[in-house]
Amino acid sequence: MLAFIVRRVLQSIIVMLVVALVSFSLFNFVGDPINNMVGQETTQQQREQLREELGLNDPFAVQFARFVGNAVQGNFGISYRLARPVDVVIAERLPATLELAFVSALFALVVGVATGVYTALNRSGIISRVIMTISLIGVSLPTFLIGILLIWVFAVQLQWLPSFGRGDVVDLGGWRTGFLTSSGLKALILPAITLGLFQLTLIMRLVRAEMLEVLRTDYIKFARARGLPDRAINFGHALKNTLVPVITITGLQLGSIIAFSIITETVFQWPGVGLLFINAIQFVDIPLMAAYLVLIALFFVVINLLVDLLYYAVDPRLRFDASTARGH
Amino acid sequence: MADRTLAPHSPAEAHKGGKPPLLEVRNLQVEFPTRRGLLKAVRDVSFSLQEGEILGVVGESGAGKSLTGTAVIGLLEPPGRIGGGEILLNGRRIDNLPYAQMRRIRGKEIGMVFQDPLTSLNPLYTVGQQLIETIRTHTDLSEARARARALELLADVGIPAPERRIDQYPHQFSGGMRQRVVIALALCVNPKLVIADEPTTALDVSIQAQIIKVLKRLCHEHGAAVMLITHDMGVIAETADRVAVMYAGRLVEIGPVREVVKNPRHPYTRGLMGSIPVIGHDQERLNQIEGSMPRLTEIPSGCPFHPRCPEVFERCPRERPDLLPAGPSQAACWLYDPEEPRGAGHG
Repeated sequence: MLAFIVRRVLQSIIVMLVVALVSFSLFNFVGDPINNMVGQETTQQQREQLREELGLNDPFAVQFARFVGNAVQGNFGISYRLARPVDVVIAERLPATLELAFVSALFALVVGVATGVYTALNRSGIISRVIMTISLIGVSLPTFLIGILLIWVFAVQLQWLPSFGRGDVVDLGGWRTGFLTSSGLKALILPAITLGLFQLTLIMRLVRAEMLEVLRTDYIKFARARGLPDRAINFGHALKNTLVPVITITGLQLGSIIAFSIITETVFQWPGVGLLFINAIQFVDIPLMAAYLVLIALFFVVINLLVDLLYYAVDPRLRFDASTARGH
Repeated sequence: MADRTLAPHSPAEAHKGGKPPLLEVRNLQVEFPTRRGLLKAVRDVSFSLQEGEILGVVGESGAGKSLTGTAVIGLLEPPGRIGGGEILLNGRRIDNLPYAQMRRIRGKEIGMVFQDPLTSLNPLYTVGQQLIETIRTHTDLSEARARARALELLADVGIPAPERRIDQYPHQFSGGMRQRVVIALALCVNPKLVIADEPTTALDVSIQAQIIKVLKRLCHEHGAAVMLITHDMGVIAETADRVAVMYAGRLVEIGPVREVVKNPRHPYTRGLMGSIPVIGHDQERLNQIEGSMPRLTEIPSGCPFHPRCPEVFERCPRERPDLLPAGPSQAACWLYDPEEPRGAGHG
């Protein structure tokens, strides 16, 4: 178990280094950084001097090591556009994105598992067919369209919910939350649905397929033959056996929800890191882009690690090595 | 119960006045609606089982033996369904019970052992959890009492160190040990009838005998009757009191085990027995019955065995024989019709 965690952490570090390399090379792709910093009249000598001072003449490996060293301390330099430290800017915006991602993931998971189980158990029912048809729409409609449709219906026509922004937020020691005000909660609903809808349909279809698979297995037949109540069979025996793939996909999806909240944040003008990233791209704000890349990679790596640990909690077969299995 | 006395061909007539048999199956039909029409997988199967008796059911794959067992416990998978006939447990009809009532019979009055012990147990629960859950579903024992009972059962089925094993997961048990756990699960609330569907087929030959022994001993101790479904004649010969032979969805012969093994009446049973190699006899080739069992869509007219039967005569393709008395056994073959001049019924 410990060996497994150590191995996974080492793998994660390698992944993070590769991503750091990619984001570091961004700086070199967009031309000579010195040109972007100095005016037309700067002499060649001054340029060389600045280059030397900034360490740009050092070998690539040394520069990269310096970048990684700074990144580990959370230091990604100064944003070109905002002229403020990148880590501070991101830290301000992160709560908005994490809250949105958390709510939409919860929405996708709860509704997705519930409808997945329902449609698997009532395979030929009318409600199941309606749900399956709607889910097809959820899978095929692009996110921005869903967002715009929701705004049109609930914000423009019905005027129930705000069409953009986060509403009022409360500052909890640096973490600005929208959970504590009614306008903040209202503002969450539409973006959360928009962001979670695709994941919802994915989880639902996955749960349904897995449930149908598990319900055909011998141990479910045997559980029926022992006269166990349906509720115990469906939820205790069948659903638990579908959890391993569902946890995997949900974990990966949570990563994508955070990473790809860009579109939803743009549609709803949600003040999160996704919107920050889009603006950074428009202004070629390299330090911000590099930091965002590393941050998202970190989320994916951490979530994957948690998913692997969750397997252990769910499936006893993973908890024991083959060598400890006793039998004959 | 009025319908019972009205049933004309009821084998229960024989038990009139006495206790009804534990299990009675009358003219059971199992069918599958398909796009190309109705497939009848089990046709007109009737038999009964007394308390404590072990009935072996043999036949090739697809003969309908497993479906018969599954129909008795009410677990046919849709679209499969019982198309006709009756199933009575202790004289009470159970084939038309609502799902919730049938559920209470399953496990409590009828236990079932499946073929593959590796897949019969839920991998995510300890064997103790599965036993305790089943015991508590059918009784009002407390958690602690149910656990004590589970420990007893594990010891009963021959699992060493049950106190340690009870909290282990199925994957920590070997195949034979898992089948013992499955037997413990099937017998945990003392059902009067156990349906064992190929309980040893998936096991090593060396383990098979042990498992059969455990099953036989426990059912004897609990007074449970067994419907032992298998294609292994050796297992049947050692275990069963009576044998039912199935072919193409029908019962072709039923009788005491010694008779069926030593003195098979139906030509199909004779072929089946003849195909078992005998140790000590030098044989170039194993004996076999020519041809193969027909598909359900192409069941021949008359006696379904007639295209492969070495003793076929003109009546066989025309008319289908019912079970006829043949010595101490019954066989579905015109050879045993007393009115048939060619018949062995005369001999």
